[in-house]
Amino acid sequence: MNDVATQKTGFWTWLTGLANPTRFMGLADRWIPWLAAITTALLALGLWMSFNAPEDYQQGATVLIMFIHVPTVWLAMFCYLVMSISALGTLVWRHPLSDVALRAAAPIGAAFTLLGLITGSLWGKPMWGAWWVWDARLTSFLVLLIIYLGIISLGRALEEPTQAAKALAITTLVGFINLPIIKFSVDWFETLHQPASVSRLAKPAMDVAFLYPLLTMALAFSFLFATLHLMNMRNEILRRRIRSLKLRAAAGER
Amino acid sequence: MRALLKRELNLALRAGSGALTGLLFFLAVITIFPFGIGPDLNALSRLAPAILWVGALLASLLGLERLFSQEREDGSLDLLVMQDHPLALSIFIKCLAHWLVTGLPLVLAVPLFGIMLNLSPIGIGAVMVTLLVGTPAITFIGAVGAAVTVSLPRGGLLIAILVLPLVIPVLIFGVSATNGALFDPDPFTSPFLILCALSLFTMVLGPLAASMMLRHSVE
Amino acid sequence: MKFEAKNISINRGARRIIQSVNFALNNGDALIVTGENGSGKSTLLRALAGFLPFAEGSLFFDLPEEGKDDPLIIREHIHYLGHQNGMKPALSVRENLEFWQGYSTASNSDEGLDGMSLIEALDFVELPHVLELPYGYLSTGMKRRVSIAKLLITEKPIWIVDEPTAGLDAKSSAMFTDLCKDHCANGGILIAATHLPLGIDGAKKLEVEQLYTFHGGGDLFDEPESGS
Repeated sequence: MNDVATQKTGFWTWLTGLANPTRFMGLADRWIPWLAAITTALLALGLWMSFNAPEDYQQGATVLIMFIHVPTVWLAMFCYLVMSISALGTLVWRHPLSDVALRAAAPIGAAFTLLGLITGSLWGKPMWGAWWVWDARLTSFLVLLIIYLGIISLGRALEEPTQAAKALAITTLVGFINLPIIKFSVDWFETLHQPASVSRLAKPAMDVAFLYPLLTMALAFSFLFATLHLMNMRNEILRRRIRSLKLRAAAGER
Repeated sequence: MRALLKRELNLALRAGSGALTGLLFFLAVITIFPFGIGPDLNALSRLAPAILWVGALLASLLGLERLFSQEREDGSLDLLVMQDHPLALSIFIKCLAHWLVTGLPLVLAVPLFGIMLNLSPIGIGAVMVTLLVGTPAITFIGAVGAAVTVSLPRGGLLIAILVLPLVIPVLIFGVSATNGALFDPDPFTSPFLILCALSLFTMVLGPLAASMMLRHSVE
Repeated sequence: MKFEAKNISINRGARRIIQSVNFALNNGDALIVTGENGSGKSTLLRALAGFLPFAEGSLFFDLPEEGKDDPLIIREHIHYLGHQNGMKPALSVRENLEFWQGYSTASNSDEGLDGMSLIEALDFVELPHVLELPYGYLSTGMKRRVSIAKLLITEKPIWIVDEPTAGLDAKSSAMFTDLCKDHCANGGILIAATHLPLGIDGAKKLEVEQLYTFHGGGDLFDEPESGS
């Protein structure tokens, strides 16, 4: 890429220039190996730090789950933020790649949410004595998962990409506006019921010994997300190219 | 007939078919129940068989609308009716394929959803077995509803209204068999056998009734 | 081979659509059914294909086995091409055609119903390149041509086609006419409803007229001046 021109015209033009999928593909091809390498290094470092973290005096070794659980949960929410911004990109700026970004992020977000739920319930079993409790946080996360899966199914149901783009963007944004309301009402639901079976541990201020591995893991997961997202965007663009090639093949008769 | 089964499965697994929508709907139903009942795990585990059964029932009704109406819209129904295969057999195959892609996933999802409702392992097993035996009955009765409403533009809701009363026996025996497995004085075997009988009965009756209706609908 | 309709009448609800139609077709004959919109062309064709019962009259087809006059048995030997194509947009052309080929020959393989291969059939309709493409990606005319190819992949002696050239351009229509001529030349029977001339020489003609009668015979909506 011609770096001089990029710097001259500024970030915005660079971003609009990315609207050209071919240029994006070139960029993705160059970035993905680096991102993957950084992810691997950070993950290795983070895991090493996690395993060397001291055991919690109350929870013992199970606290290690936190180093996976908390970053996945963060990423699950961050991914929805990315999708919402992409939705804005589709609706307001009509950036052609933002729809691709939205579509590509949804399965990753769903996977992070599911991982968050699974690690949460693995963590919860020794703490609560049950795999699953209808605690406010778990429940709102379950709702988030359903929203993710709903968006994915909607995307699969609408075959024509341009038609799907708007529907997906609007659904994502409505979900985004609704999420705080859902969170609030679920919290309300929990305070109403105060389930006796659930005893949540008081949250102590986090020890530095836990904080650094956690932050490293969070950074690693962020890079993991960036890598996967770029890869999936590339796949999505290729998928659309195949589609339009097929359409052209169908039209170019004889 | 194998060609039909292959085509139906192919169609269901192709993008845009929404075969997994039923599963997602099941998850959504399971999720909203505790909001109505309250998060008390003891209460939930007592109600879990009923919640799972009602959720699975509603989810299996969901996809039925498409069973024949799409065939009618694109003209395939004419050709399906026209062949010398017994139409009831073709309908049976279509229902079987429909159950494989909508009913069976519900059964397989029960362990996960059962854990969320604090259901014991025995209870999960019981719900799985009863659903495995009972959901075909829902599909085959539903096929009649789908056939009756085939020419209506928005038949989906009507199917649910027509079919729900008819599947009440399935629900009754499904839940009581599950409870029979869980709680001691209640019997398991007799409601379970009745459930099996209901499924076998509807497997014969459903396709026959649906084929009569579909023959009429292509006139 | 003889395909004969004797005094056929058809009702829809209380209305009589077709009154006393007679025709007799032999090997290689073509019958062109003409008439205004709503005159009952499609109804007649659907009844001949066995979808509707006849109110009066009967159909006769000289089958070697039983069932010479049972429309439900006769229709096994009929290709019906209606207004819709009966194809799934989500499946590829190959999957669609293979399904109909497999589905309609499965039980009668001993009768030698097998037609040409998919590729040959698509070559005939001049669409050899779409075999692996999703059917939904094709244009209207191409979809129609694929469903015409469907007539070729399983061989049946009687073709009943309803507005077969709808959505086809002039060139494709001519191609279809050639296919019909081939079919008749090979001893097949063709019954086509159309308001555009198909251009088949020596085809028999049948004109259906719109009826306004109830089958009780009373002329209810008859306009006074028509004086039927």
